[in-house]
Amino acid sequence: MSFTPVPIAFELNGAPVSVTTSPVARLSSVLRDDLGWTGTKVGCDAGDCGACTVLVDGEPVCACLMSVAQVGSRKITTVEGLANGSLSAVQEAFLRHGAAQCGICTPGFLVAATALLERNPTPCEAEVEDALGGVLCRCTGYRKIVEAVMSAHLPDRYHNQLLPDAGHAVGAALPRLDGRPKVTGEERFGADVRPADALSVAVIRSPHWHASFAFGDLEGYVAAHPGLVAVYTSRDIPGENRFGVIPAYADQPALADGIARFRGEAVAVVAGERQAVEALDIRDFPVIWTELSHALDVASALGAKPVHASRPGNVLVAGVVERGDAEAALAASHMVVTGEIETAYVEHAYIEPEAGFAAMDGDTLVITACTQSPFMDRDDTAKVLGLAPEKVRIVPTATGGGFGSKLDLSVQPLIGLVALKTGRPAALTYSRAESMMSTTKRHPGSMRASIGADADGRITGMVFEGDFNTGAYASWGPTVAVRVPVHASGPYFTPNYRATGRAIHSNGPISGAFRGFGVPQAAVMQETLYDELAVTLGMDRLDFRLVNALRDGQTTVAGQEMESGVGIVACLEALKPVWQRALAEAARINRDDRTVRRGIGVASCWYGCGNTGIPNPSTIRLGITQAGELVLHQGAVDIGQGSNTVITQIAADALGVPLAAIRIEGADTSVTPDAGKTSGSRQTYITGKAAEKSGRALRETILRAANVSQAATLSLEAGAIVVTEGEARRRIELSTLSENAHGYVLMAEESYDPPTVPLGPRGQGKPYAVYGYGAQIVELDVDTRLGTVKLVRITAAHDVGRAINPLLAEGQIEGGIAQGIGMALMEDYVPGRTENLHDYLIPTIGDVPPIDTILVEVPDPEGPFGAKGLGEHVLIPTAPAILNAIRDATGALVTRLPATPSRVLAAIRGRG
Amino acid sequence: MPRYARPSTPDEAIALLAEGGWTILAGGTDFYPAQGARPIRDDILDIGAIEALRGIREDKGDIVIGAATSWTEIVRARLPMAFDALKAAAREVGSVQIQNTGTIAGNLCNASPAADGVPALLVLDAEVELASTRGIRRLPLRDFVLGNRRTARAADELVTAIRVPTASAAGRSSFFKLGARRYLVISIAMAAVRVETDLQGRIARCAIAVGACSAVARRLERLEADLVGRPADAAALGVIGERHFDGLAPIDDVRASAVYRMEAAREIVGRALADAFGTTAGQGVAA
Repeated sequence: MSFTPVPIAFELNGAPVSVTTSPVARLSSVLRDDLGWTGTKVGCDAGDCGACTVLVDGEPVCACLMSVAQVGSRKITTVEGLANGSLSAVQEAFLRHGAAQCGICTPGFLVAATALLERNPTPCEAEVEDALGGVLCRCTGYRKIVEAVMSAHLPDRYHNQLLPDAGHAVGAALPRLDGRPKVTGEERFGADVRPADALSVAVIRSPHWHASFAFGDLEGYVAAHPGLVAVYTSRDIPGENRFGVIPAYADQPALADGIARFRGEAVAVVAGERQAVEALDIRDFPVIWTELSHALDVASALGAKPVHASRPGNVLVAGVVERGDAEAALAASHMVVTGEIETAYVEHAYIEPEAGFAAMDGDTLVITACTQSPFMDRDDTAKVLGLAPEKVRIVPTATGGGFGSKLDLSVQPLIGLVALKTGRPAALTYSRAESMMSTTKRHPGSMRASIGADADGRITGMVFEGDFNTGAYASWGPTVAVRVPVHASGPYFTPNYRATGRAIHSNGPISGAFRGFGVPQAAVMQETLYDELAVTLGMDRLDFRLVNALRDGQTTVAGQEMESGVGIVACLEALKPVWQRALAEAARINRDDRTVRRGIGVASCWYGCGNTGIPNPSTIRLGITQAGELVLHQGAVDIGQGSNTVITQIAADALGVPLAAIRIEGADTSVTPDAGKTSGSRQTYITGKAAEKSGRALRETILRAANVSQAATLSLEAGAIVVTEGEARRRIELSTLSENAHGYVLMAEESYDPPTVPLGPRGQGKPYAVYGYGAQIVELDVDTRLGTVKLVRITAAHDVGRAINPLLAEGQIEGGIAQGIGMALMEDYVPGRTENLHDYLIPTIGDVPPIDTILVEVPDPEGPFGAKGLGEHVLIPTAPAILNAIRDATGALVTRLPATPSRVLAAIRGRG
Repeated sequence: MPRYARPSTPDEAIALLAEGGWTILAGGTDFYPAQGARPIRDDILDIGAIEALRGIREDKGDIVIGAATSWTEIVRARLPMAFDALKAAAREVGSVQIQNTGTIAGNLCNASPAADGVPALLVLDAEVELASTRGIRRLPLRDFVLGNRRTARAADELVTAIRVPTASAAGRSSFFKLGARRYLVISIAMAAVRVETDLQGRIARCAIAVGACSAVARRLERLEADLVGRPADAAALGVIGERHFDGLAPIDDVRASAVYRMEAAREIVGRALADAFGTTAGQGVAA
């Protein structure tokens, strides 16, 4: 039973509105669902994220915490009300500063910033932070948001900035091409596309870590709730009820079949009319649970009954990389250091919970949802639902952050099942709690390592063992187990090496892909030991890294000879002046014995771009229509990182046309070829390379048709291409050409797959064709009586080969650092305990210090225009650099992440 | 079908409450998060339209804060220095968005061990005014919040105001919040202090409260007593000893260990006192 609807009138964005609804309905849902203003986003429904911030009589409030009755006769302003014909100054500033990445939090920031700027047009940094502290962003690292708000009052020099001319797109620090709808509120995310006639879907999930279950009277349940249409369980799944991102390890049922293996696992879906489903209290659902024994951590899982009978000992995969004789080398070393590190489950905490809808289009199931990997979604959903892959079409919405977790299926098979069974559109938006308990996490790592050095400080050998809690299902566990051993040496020449990585099943949350696939955890192990070696040897910690940094011509621990493009030395060299300045400052500050001590830390990263020694091609299509429109089928899903802009920049320069000439077609599987998943820092490099090849191929076709040389220039006009070379000017009339099956008169479609060599039994091969490198310096203050850490500044030098778009590259670096800060200092997903964004803490705008970015460009011969991947690299050095800086300040190493005040103080007191 | 009422006067509200069975909705900042995705099935008494419950006034020298006064209104109000700790706490309640709607009485009625408003109100010797058709009563705050999520409010009572006695609106106050991040954070520990000094600069009266280190924020009476008569300077902090914190019962949880909380409580009490003494800028937040 719900409340009697009452009429409520208020002013919305300057116009009167009235709505008849439940008086206790949340304002956010009334705005979005009753009135159709979807610019206001819902990230948590609990006031923890601020995405739903609106102004009520000019004051920012969380619309999710306000009853609609309380806004009666008041004035509401949402993001849609900020622009008045043209963008407001702060909207413009967000665009030009790159303050919007995925855009899901952008409305909340813009609204809160508008309230601040009304009172105070020229706020200082602290005022901006105080005003915006209630809005969370997971992409940007906040620095560009602060810049944008502080500079909103400045005259807009960029307002009429022209896009670069032909041949000048690569390297231009352009605002993102798809940014405008992100600042106006027009962008459509997974929860914003629901058709009015869609059924709602509620998911019944296991409240237990491990349980068998039996359903009660499901038909009776439906009958007792008018408006419900059906309940579906595993028995209703028409295909193979087993999915997984790596086909060989696919093990996860879309709906569990009799046994639930983790808390939050889906066991049934309830479909019905929206009001009926929203009125359900799913605690009344007829299911009887029988709890079974469970293991949540690696230590207990190793000895427990297998989660999957086919995987004895709960070992999913063990990866190894071995080179030389590591034990003998350590035994012969001048010095050996040994350590252990434990890291926590880390939640992706994108501000957009998983959402979308499914509908039948003839005999094709169309799924419109947020995602990082449309073709993988298509193939796995088709398998589960017993359809041919071509009978499933994935239409990605804007994706409000992903960071790895939206590679795996979430809502797709559930809404797909309902649409397929009922023939009606079916929509589902995960609640924050559902999102957190049911989707993947970063693997907790339990790591041990020993590293040896000779008297000159050269690394002699390393042994690394890491166990990673992969949870109940495989997801990307195998990838972590393989990637970690390849990378655990760090970007350093390590002649003797043995590293093992194991993915261990438990009944904990599923661990999957999260920006770095285990490498950020392993880097904490290696980089903290490097500091110990350097300090014990009496060497400067940066110099020690420079001595050992991998150089062109050397061979990696995986046996790959690095011919060129190794940029770690350049990164470390670039940091030297900052390092010297920071050390001198710290010495001065720490001269007086004070409660607050300054610490300086440094750490490096390397990271191979793309899949590890297995194919992962991307295909890019460029077509020209008879009308002269140039279309780029850009299948690299832009989850905020900027592929819509970067791939277009590459294509424009490869083809030799101005950026403005290109129209982008998105990653809809029915119209755009597969550009692979947005994962593994692969899109700029691999899809970029496909775009480069495609652009060059199309250019070649045009030049050949015009019979001119490579020096010619192209321009597109209505119905024609004009080719100019010196005095010669040729005009290709497009109407004279015939259209192909895709509707183009000229087209190029090129694929690129990195030339790699699979790893052999000892983990030797050529796992990646391109690597990126980086190093970061952290300056921080530790309050030695409270254990609190205040970050002062972070300087990041990243070798990106070629910065296709320096503005977006900086945005990636700042955002990755923010996630590294979270991992280092506060993020601790405790299963069953932190399924919300107030117990699970991610950095706020006040937790990210100024970040100085140094873009290093050591070109890679393989990457497009020399470019390397960047997306994951950027968070790898942050956490170890923070731990190293805390130790520098206090002498105490925190060995269990996150380094909360409690743990830092315990380490200082020797209780750690 | 659940009932919904939105009275415009306290009398209407208490008349309804006398019927029984109501859940009170004020700013909504605790109500909606606790509700989660479940449908609302309770009878809801929405007190958001009762203007008489808002605002700050003086009554016979007491400072009376209407129950539905928002944290933002408290931050913006002209109040004696003794309220600086309350204002500082108000700025740390959630975020600006929460402060704009969350109410002072809601913070008390929600009775979280980590309620930001409680320590600062304890050092002001605040009283809670409750009204029902049975009459009006006042309880000292320490007798109002009984435990984790438990208060002395009877089901038919409405909290109408928080009252700070004239005598306690004196002196300087300070607040220290310790959390694991800068904004939107639930406290690991909090300290609020209020110090009155005599003409010689000696501590004449002082009030000290610690939050998030026991089920209900606690006053540290023994420490208060031991400080009285000492000069309000750094040396006074030397008397702070383990025994003064006996009344606390911190827990181990995801935010911190009990051992840490105890140690941190002593540290932040010292810093808040130093700030109130004016010897150092200790007030603030650490994250």
